[in-house]
Amino acid sequence: MAEFIDLVLLAMLALTALRIIFLKDLFAVVMLFGIYSFLSALIFVNLDAVDVAFTEASVGAGISTVLMLVTLAMTGRKEKQSTHSTILPLFVVLVTGAALIYGTLDMPPFGHPDNPVHQHVAPRYIEESPKEVGLPNMVTSVLASYRGFDTLGETVVVFSAVIGVLSLLGVRRTKKKDLESGLETHKVLHVVSKIIIPLVILFALYVQFHGDFGPGGGFQAGVIAAAAFILYALVLGLPKAFAVVGPKFLQWMAAAGVLLYASVGLYSMYKGGNFLDYNTLAADPIAGQHYGIIIIELGVGITVFAVMLNIFYAFGSQAERSNIQ
Amino acid sequence: MSFILDYYNYWVVVFLMMAGFYIVISANNLVKKIVGLNIFQTSVFMLYISMGKVTGGTAPIVVEGVTQYSNPLPHVLILTAIVVGVATTAVGLSLIVRIKRAYGTVEENEFENKDDAI
Repeated sequence: MAEFIDLVLLAMLALTALRIIFLKDLFAVVMLFGIYSFLSALIFVNLDAVDVAFTEASVGAGISTVLMLVTLAMTGRKEKQSTHSTILPLFVVLVTGAALIYGTLDMPPFGHPDNPVHQHVAPRYIEESPKEVGLPNMVTSVLASYRGFDTLGETVVVFSAVIGVLSLLGVRRTKKKDLESGLETHKVLHVVSKIIIPLVILFALYVQFHGDFGPGGGFQAGVIAAAAFILYALVLGLPKAFAVVGPKFLQWMAAAGVLLYASVGLYSMYKGGNFLDYNTLAADPIAGQHYGIIIIELGVGITVFAVMLNIFYAFGSQAERSNIQ
Repeated sequence: MSFILDYYNYWVVVFLMMAGFYIVISANNLVKKIVGLNIFQTSVFMLYISMGKVTGGTAPIVVEGVTQYSNPLPHVLILTAIVVGVATTAVGLSLIVRIKRAYGTVEENEFENKDDAI
């Protein structure tokens, strides 16, 4: 049954991608891309990657789609007819594709437990991590503890992305009376979003702190919390959102998350261990691992939340500015 | 049939990757190029997650009585890659916004004679 679901979903994904190639209406392209992300999330669930599916659904279908729509609001909706021929690109793609298909024939068959990927460190993670780290969710154990360095690096990359976006666009404060911002006149939207937003934030907190036991964690929680505030900004307008959490405050928050993460590493060194060695954080190594993972996941959550929301502010204020002009 | 099932996932990955690649090299519009890049990126995610799947296994969260789990390592790599992916997409889109402001267009074939415009 799982194979059948896999077959159908992957075929739908391929059809969506094919349609995106030929569509000239960019609004439809972006909407199809949202569907594409949701389909990928479903496939990830079917392939047992629940944490990844969670992330893809909130990031791919949520944040990316919103950012692309805001960009379209500034750059225009229609793609113009291409002037150069499509034969050369098609040829390049077909040749590369044929080479890659030939390459897949040397891949180990899908799903076999004896495949090389499952022989190296994975058995150790699966057998030892519940004892060494003491958490049922192995993805969180590997993410936050075994590969803590890597995750610190990823958090810094996310942080540097917001520096890039802010130095390219910057957040402009618009005065409240300058324009009718948001969708104040849509009463239904107004009431519904007021009910939804607290629930979304509550769910984000649940995902943040329950990530050690079930699917979830700092990355997903940060994005979900940011989505709640983005909904608020879309419905009530940017000036009101700025009054709740301002862009300057978010810049401090983004830095604070990364510093919180790194300071756990420094503290473990002060306690006599290696950088990010949580065993030294408490007398009992398992308790130390728990403290370490909760704090660094919180750091990740704070940074991802602040970065995603600030990126949206940067794009949103640009779009409002071009609306005035 | 089992030959097809063994490689089906990888073939769809290659198809998606080539679809994304085609959009990136053939589209004129820069926003569409970013969508193409994202499709390309998702196909790589799909490849990693497909490799991590074990037939008969379950999601890597400890449950009583289950002995066969899928490989958690690709999940970790891809989870962080998705978030970094949206961050880089945001930087790309903000570059497009700046290009629109400087050149007045986001169609690749319309830049050519506008280098003096800035």
